[in-house]
Amino acid sequence: MNLALDIFTVAAVSTGALFFLAGTVGLIRFPDSLTRLHALTKVDNLGLGLVVLGLLPQADGLFAALKLVSIWLLVQLSGAIVTQLIAGAVRQHGRRG
Amino acid sequence: MSILSFFDGGLVILILSIGASTIVVREAFAAVIAFVVYGLLLAVAWVRLSAIDVALTEAAIGGGMTGMLLLGAAARLRLAESTGARTGLPTRFAIAVLCGLITAGLAAAILFPPEVVPTLAPTAMENLPQTGLGNPVAGVLFVYRALDTLLEKVVLLLALLGVWSLAPDRVWGGIPGLRVYAQPNSTLTFLAQLLPPLGIMVGIYMCWVGAKDPGGAFQGGTILAAMWLLAIIAGLERAPSISQPWLRGLLVVGPMIFLVIGLAGFAWADAFLAYPPGYAKPLIVAVEAALTLSIGAALGMLAAGPPERVRQP
Repeated sequence: MNLALDIFTVAAVSTGALFFLAGTVGLIRFPDSLTRLHALTKVDNLGLGLVVLGLLPQADGLFAALKLVSIWLLVQLSGAIVTQLIAGAVRQHGRRG
Repeated sequence: MSILSFFDGGLVILILSIGASTIVVREAFAAVIAFVVYGLLLAVAWVRLSAIDVALTEAAIGGGMTGMLLLGAAARLRLAESTGARTGLPTRFAIAVLCGLITAGLAAAILFPPEVVPTLAPTAMENLPQTGLGNPVAGVLFVYRALDTLLEKVVLLLALLGVWSLAPDRVWGGIPGLRVYAQPNSTLTFLAQLLPPLGIMVGIYMCWVGAKDPGGAFQGGTILAAMWLLAIIAGLERAPSISQPWLRGLLVVGPMIFLVIGLAGFAWADAFLAYPPGYAKPLIVAVEAALTLSIGAALGMLAAGPPERVRQP
């Protein structure tokens, strides 16, 4: 049982790390601000979500697990809103690079 | 073990290169962003050194609050930059030499430590149970080195006075010129309505838990200040004019209570800043609670900047 949980953790965290890698490549390679934002939000949602999901079986009790989930939710919230604000600023002031 | 040392090595390389990039980039804005990233990486490094208290403070003050102050400064400097006024070569050379000397001195202290490293840590840990505190950092801050902590809070007020004294005479006592993004029903408004209840709870928790676990007045106060600023920037709350009595009361209540308890030490324990036996912990928690409010108000007003307009009659 423990081994299965450990394998699950390694698999989920690795997949999450893969998303972070893909998002970073997108941030560097994509041509303009809006597509770069698109790459970043995918990382926030899926990458961090998978890392948190993978760490849940290793969490020290229910409260630690809840803390992990709330970190994910808070990052989701801030990520989504900051993306909206930056995209709004790009639309208003024109695209620069 | 080896994976962790790989991680540490990567962290060191990242910190050094982001530190170098703050110096190399030409634009002040880019340098400030790099500085914020540098603060966050430094916080991770402190976690790796098991100094969670320092990591929290570095993330909150070094990354967040200082970053916001520097962004404000960079925005003001943009005007000066566009007129082509740059610091002269001799000044820049002198800055580089002095910074290099400080770095070399710090590096020498770390790389060539004395044979026996002087430490008070065992004595501090031995006497910690007498204070009733569980967090040795809080013990050092509020029991062994209470005078330093008191002066540190007063310095924060002096810094705020320095910012306020930049105001021209006609707007003295006016409202800080923090830019407000007054777009009703924007996503920022949504964030400013949703986040502060959570943030205030986390701030109070940080202050409360500081006696037992990592946390404390500075970390809690920074979060409270951030929530206040968020509400002001989103236009949900108006920045107070700096002559408001409640604001001034809030700013001094922490250091005042600290000072009163410190002076009372003469009466009940025969020394300045000494606590009566058995009452150390409740007194320290009371001081921390008041300090959290004062630090929150002071940091918020520091970030809001000097007063720029007077209240319309």
